[in-house]
Amino acid sequence: MTLTLIIIQIIKVIAIFVGLLTAIAYTTLFERRMVAFIQGRVGPNRVGPAGLFQPIADAIKLLFKEEFIPDKANKVLFSIAPLLSFTTAAMAIAVIPVGDSITIGGYQIDLVISDLNVGILYIFALSSLAVYGIVLAGWSSNSKYSLLGGLRSSAQMISYEIGLGLSVVGVLMLSGTFSIAEIVRQQSGSILNWYFFKQPIAFFLFFVSAIAESNRIPFDLPEAESELVGGYNTEYAGMRFGLFYLAEYCNMITISALAASLFFGGWSGPFLPPIIWFLIKVVIFLFVFVWVRGTLPRFRYDQLMRFGWLAIIPLTLVNILITGLVMVLKG
Amino acid sequence: MDYGYGLIGIFILFGIVFVIFTIFFAGLLRPQRPNKTKLENYECGEAPMGGAWIQYNVGFYIYALIFVIFDVEVVFLFPWAVAFKQLGLFALIEMLIFIAILIAGLAYAWKKGALTWES
Repeated sequence: MTLTLIIIQIIKVIAIFVGLLTAIAYTTLFERRMVAFIQGRVGPNRVGPAGLFQPIADAIKLLFKEEFIPDKANKVLFSIAPLLSFTTAAMAIAVIPVGDSITIGGYQIDLVISDLNVGILYIFALSSLAVYGIVLAGWSSNSKYSLLGGLRSSAQMISYEIGLGLSVVGVLMLSGTFSIAEIVRQQSGSILNWYFFKQPIAFFLFFVSAIAESNRIPFDLPEAESELVGGYNTEYAGMRFGLFYLAEYCNMITISALAASLFFGGWSGPFLPPIIWFLIKVVIFLFVFVWVRGTLPRFRYDQLMRFGWLAIIPLTLVNILITGLVMVLKG
Repeated sequence: MDYGYGLIGIFILFGIVFVIFTIFFAGLLRPQRPNKTKLENYECGEAPMGGAWIQYNVGFYIYALIFVIFDVEVVFLFPWAVAFKQLGLFALIEMLIFIAILIAGLAYAWKKGALTWES
């Protein structure tokens, strides 16, 4: 590996990291504008043209806010929790390809930080670790609301994680690989190659589990503001709170990118450059996230758990069974 | 792809450095005037009553236990799914038996009321 290649690779890592941060910032604005639109309001439109500088204003505000660690809190865990939460959320994007490989100066560069041959396992490992950030935040604050939010969140996230894992098994059976870039390549060429058409049930189960996994409405029990104030991040302020906020939006982006890659052909598409297709698909999923938030009320906690264990998980198993039978019968 | 994990390591490093830098930078900018009331835990404006590190509903532990069992199942299913094309019918039947045992366990837990919140 030559020096030029190392430099190109490092520039790629920086570009994807900066791109991810920008995407997170503008997803927050996108969500606020869209929810406002759904609710018949205008939304933030004063800072810069059409409110485009709003995320910058938010970041500056968060930086200048006083923050403090409650006296009774466990100070070490209280400080580590936002770090864990954000880092695990951001790192999952590393194995998702944003475009086909391109050639720069004779080197073939994949538009993904690293196309691991265990890409999907890597993402699930990180999404398991994400539970720690929230649980530690909830527990270490020594506040009742935070504790309840943290506990609810841990039970919810581990329950729906199983649904999330089982729902992609159908795709894995068809594709025969863990590499996300390879799965995307198998789906390119025609819209009929999309795994969505072969695994429609799996997709819906995946998306519902994903919304629950990222603690979004209607599964936002961990931060149900009408009963738990802010849930696990009640005691956080300033930039530490901001990191939890970034982590939530980062999870949304990762899940959207994963859904687009596994079920909707990722960057593949006609005419437009691959990266544009990828962004279009991700934005559509982000819009669905916001749309769901704007229209659905929150679940009750027992309903949420029953739905996870007695609807999502059995259905994913049935889906695996049907996929297996069809594959065996077809030879 | 021998250097693939190295790139992911660099990416993780970026994430950690970003977080530490923002918190440090914010620490330089923000005001820091703590007092006793500010450092109390939030409890809707009242003085907090007792701590929050208490015993909680045993239901959460049961979910954690069932989760561990099913997560192991998912871990078994993943390599099986990837190799399924080569394995065929025999592997499907084997996995069916494996899943059936777990489903029986889930049904038992359901019947015992471990998955509902009626207490």
